[in-house]
Amino acid sequence: MLNLTTENSENNQADEFEIAVPSPPELMKRRAKSHLGFILGGSVVLFALIVAIFAPLLAPFDPYDQDLTRRLVQPIWHPTGTWKHPFGTDALGRDYLSRIMFGSQVSLMIGFFAAIISAVVGSTIGMMGGYFGGRTDNFIMYLINVKLALPGLLVALSLVSVFGGSIVALIIILSFLFWDRYAVVTRSITQQIRVNDYITAAQALGASRTRIILGEVLPNVMNQIIVIASLEMAVAIIIEAALSFLGLGIQPPTPSWGLLVSEGRSFMFFKPYLIVLPGVAIFFLVISINMMGDGIRDITAPEGRN
Amino acid sequence: MARFLLHRFYISILVAITVSVIAFSLLRLSGDLAAELAGEDATEDEIALIAHQYGLDRPLYVQYFDWAKNAVSGDLGRSLFTNEPVAEMIFERLGVTIKLAFYSITLGLILAIPLGVLASIKPNTWIDRMSLGLAVFGQAIPNFFFALLLILLFGVQLRWLPISGNDTFAHFIMPTMTLGIGVMPQFMRLTRTGMLDVLDSDFIRTARAKGLNPMRVLFKHALRNAILPIVSLMAVVLGFLLGGTVIIESIFALNGVGFLAFESIMRQDFPVVQSIVFILSLSYILLTLFSDLINAQLDPRIRLG
Amino acid sequence: MSQEIVLEVKDLSVDINVPAGTLHAVSNLSLHVKKGETLCIVGESGCGKSIASLAIMNLLPRRASLTAKTLALEGRDLLSLSEAEFSNLRGDRIGMIFQDPMTSLNPVFRIGNQLEEVYMEHGKGNRKEARERAEYLLEKVGIVAPKERLSQYPHQLSGGLRQRMMIAMTLMCDPALIIADEPTTALDVTMQAQTLNLLRSLQKEFNTGLILITHDLGVVARMADRVMVMYAGYAVEIGTAVEVFDNPNHPYTRGLIDCIPVPGRRKPGSKLGSIRGIVPALVGDIKGCTFRNRCDFSITQCADEIVALKELGKGRAFRCILTPEERKTTLQNPGITQ
Repeated sequence: MLNLTTENSENNQADEFEIAVPSPPELMKRRAKSHLGFILGGSVVLFALIVAIFAPLLAPFDPYDQDLTRRLVQPIWHPTGTWKHPFGTDALGRDYLSRIMFGSQVSLMIGFFAAIISAVVGSTIGMMGGYFGGRTDNFIMYLINVKLALPGLLVALSLVSVFGGSIVALIIILSFLFWDRYAVVTRSITQQIRVNDYITAAQALGASRTRIILGEVLPNVMNQIIVIASLEMAVAIIIEAALSFLGLGIQPPTPSWGLLVSEGRSFMFFKPYLIVLPGVAIFFLVISINMMGDGIRDITAPEGRN
Repeated sequence: MARFLLHRFYISILVAITVSVIAFSLLRLSGDLAAELAGEDATEDEIALIAHQYGLDRPLYVQYFDWAKNAVSGDLGRSLFTNEPVAEMIFERLGVTIKLAFYSITLGLILAIPLGVLASIKPNTWIDRMSLGLAVFGQAIPNFFFALLLILLFGVQLRWLPISGNDTFAHFIMPTMTLGIGVMPQFMRLTRTGMLDVLDSDFIRTARAKGLNPMRVLFKHALRNAILPIVSLMAVVLGFLLGGTVIIESIFALNGVGFLAFESIMRQDFPVVQSIVFILSLSYILLTLFSDLINAQLDPRIRLG
Repeated sequence: MSQEIVLEVKDLSVDINVPAGTLHAVSNLSLHVKKGETLCIVGESGCGKSIASLAIMNLLPRRASLTAKTLALEGRDLLSLSEAEFSNLRGDRIGMIFQDPMTSLNPVFRIGNQLEEVYMEHGKGNRKEARERAEYLLEKVGIVAPKERLSQYPHQLSGGLRQRMMIAMTLMCDPALIIADEPTTALDVTMQAQTLNLLRSLQKEFNTGLILITHDLGVVARMADRVMVMYAGYAVEIGTAVEVFDNPNHPYTRGLIDCIPVPGRRKPGSKLGSIRGIVPALVGDIKGCTFRNRCDFSITQCADEIVALKELGKGRAFRCILTPEERKTTLQNPGITQ
C-alpha cells in the first residue's frame, strides 16, 4: 500500500510553484468590490437610510401640511408641473415628495426591527433545538410546524385589527411571522457542527452550554442569519405596505408607502403618479435589499457558487 | 415507510389541535364577546343574559371543547354579522379561492421550471441572468401594486379585461398574473439550485459516461431528482395561496375565502375569522402530508428506506 | 491475445481555468492500450490521472480545455467528432467505472432500468433483449438472483454490489475499452480483492482494453500488464509492470516503491520510506522538472527546461535528465548538486 507523507524539508524550493492565496477577509473585500448587485443594492439602501434619517432636514415641506388650494398638483414631468412640488401633491394638497421621504422612515424601521427581533428569537430557538436535540428539538420542530400551518397574513391581519396599527405593534406582530426560517436554518447548521471536534473540545474543557452556543456555534451561523435577515427585512417591508394598503396597518395621516398607494387608489385613473411613485419606492427599496442580501451570501460563501 | 407515515400523521394531529386552540384564542383576543353581541347601550344584566345564552359564562376550556366538538361535526357556529352558519359561508366561497390558487401555482410553475432548468444548464449566460432578473422582479414587487398596475394597463388603458368580480375566466386572468409572478421566484430558484446540484452529482456523470442523449440525461436523470423539493414547495405555496389571496381577492373583488376573511376582520366578525384560520391551517397540514406521500412515491429511498 | 491497439493518445494536454490562472492538469501525455490489455496509471491524488481519463471520455468540466495530436479509439479519430457523435461512442465502445459506487448510480431508478437504458440507447435491442443481457451480465459479475436485484434500487445494495452493477453496466454494450477510475478505493478491503479479480477475469473473457487508475501500487502489482507513473501532470515512467517494479528508472517511481511495506524485508521498528515535500501547484508557466523540489538527485539543470521523455525501446520510457547510473554518481559526489 502506498504511504505518502508530506514532510516539509528545509531546503524546499516549492515557493516557485506556489500561488498567492488571499486570506478570507481580503477575499471577501475583493469579492464585495466586484459584486455589482451588492454595490448597487447597498448604495440604494444607504441612500434610503440617509433620506429616512435626515427627512426632517431634506424634505421641502411638512408631510402633514395640508393646503386645499393646491390639491392634486401634477408632478414635474407633467406639462403643468412645477419645481415647487416635483412629485406633485396628494388629494389634501400635501407635498408628495415630502410624504414619500418620510414614508421611508416607516418602511425601514419596521423592516429593520422586525428582521432583528425575529432573528434573535428564531436563531435562539433553532440553535437550542440543534444543539440539545432530543425532546427540546422535538418540541421546537413542533413549534415550527404549528407556525408554518397558520396562515400568517390572516393571523397578522386579525392581530393588527385587535391591537391597532402602531409601529411598535406592527413590528412585534411581523416578528412573529418570520422567526421560523431562522429557526429552521440555524437548527440544521447547529446539528451539523455539534458533532465537530472543536465543539467536543470546548465541552471537554468544561465550557458552559451558553458559552459554547454563543462562542462556537453562533459565529458559524452568523452569515446565514445575516442573509436571511436581509431577505426577511424585504418581506417585512412588503407586508407592512400590504397591511397599510388594506387599511389595517399604519393609520393616516402617518405617511407609509402602502398607505399612500391605498389613498391614491381612488384617483389612480386620472393621477396614476399617486400610486406609481410610492409603489416604485417600495419596489426599489425591496429589490435593493434583496440584491444586497444575495450579495452578502455570495461574498461570504466559502467557495463561490453563483 | 409505515413508521414514517405514522410519525408524520401523529405530528399532524398534534399540530392541528394546537392550531385549533390558537384559532379559538383569536376570538377571545377581541375582548368581551358578550358585550359586543349585546350592543353599545346594553346594561350589565343584558350582557350577562347574552353571555349565559351563548354559554360564554362557562370556563374557557369547556367553551373550547364545545366549539371543537361542534367543529368536528361540521358546525362552525354563526356569523356575528349576518347570523349565517359560518361553515356555509366559507364553503360557498372556497371554490373561487381554490380556482385562483390553482391557476396561480400553475402559471408560476409554467414560468419557473423551464426557466430554472435553462438557467441551470447555462449558468451565467443571458438566459440565466434574465430568469434571475424576472425572479428578483417578482420577489420585489408588492402584489397589490402590481395588481393596480395591471388594472391600469389591461383594465383602463386597453380595456381588455374586467377589473372586478369572479363570473368568467377573464376575471381570473389579472389576479392569476399577479399571484403567479409572486410565487414564480421561489420555484425558479429552487429548480435552478436543485438542478445545479444534481447536474454536479456523480450519477449524472455516469449517465453521460453511458452516452445517453443530453435531453435524456437532463429530463430523466436530473429533473426527476431535482423535482423532489419542488413537490414539497408546491404544498407550502398552495397553502400560502389559499390564505394569502386576501389582498388580491379584495382588490379584484373576487368573492373568495380571502375576501370573506378580510371583510370579517374589518367588521370584527371573529367566529368567521377563527374558522377560516382553522380551515386554512388544516388544509396546509393536509397538503404537506399529501406532498410527503407523493415524495415517498417519487423517492425510493423514503418509500423503501 | 490479439495485439490490436484499442486506444491511441498522443500529446494530450488539459488546461483548467482557475481563479489564479491556468492550471496545467495534464501535459503532453501519450499512451496506448491494446485489446485485452491492462494499463495502470498510478500517481498521487492531483497528478492528473483522473482528468486524463475524463479527457479521453470527453467528459471534462466546462472550465477545462483539451489539446491533443492524436486521440483515436479503434482507429477512429475522436478529435474530429461532434459532441453527439462522441456521445454515441460513450457507453457503447468505451465505458467508465467511477470511484464511488454509493453516488454513481441514480437513486430514483431501479438498477434494471439503469442497465437496460444503455443497451437501448445505443440501439442494441429492445427492452426484452436488454433485460436478458442485463441478467446474463449480472450472473457474470457473480450476483445470485439477478432478476430480484434488477428490480431493486441502488440504496438497497451494498457498496460492493453497486460497484458490480457498475461493472455490469459498462459491459452492457461490450465496449472495446473500459476506464476504471479508482474502482475499489471506496470499498472495504475484502471487497477490493474480489472486485479486482472480477474485473480482471471479465476483461480477459471479453478481451477488453482496460485503463485502471489507482494510487495503490498493490493494485498495480496485481492487475497491470503495463504501468504508467504520473507525476504533476506528466508521465514520468512507462513500461511493463515487471520492468517498472524490478528496475524503476525515475526517482519518483523508486520513491513510490520504497513506500510499500514488504513483510520480511523490513526490520520491525525501522522507518518506512516516504517522499519528502508536496506536489507543486501547477498554475502558470511550468519550467523545468516538476519533481525536482522533492528529488534527492536534483541538479541545477533540472530547473532549466522541461525534461523530455527518454525512450528506451519496447515501450519503455522515463522522464529524467539523469540515467539511474548517473544518479548514483550524483549521490556519491554531492558537490555537483548545487
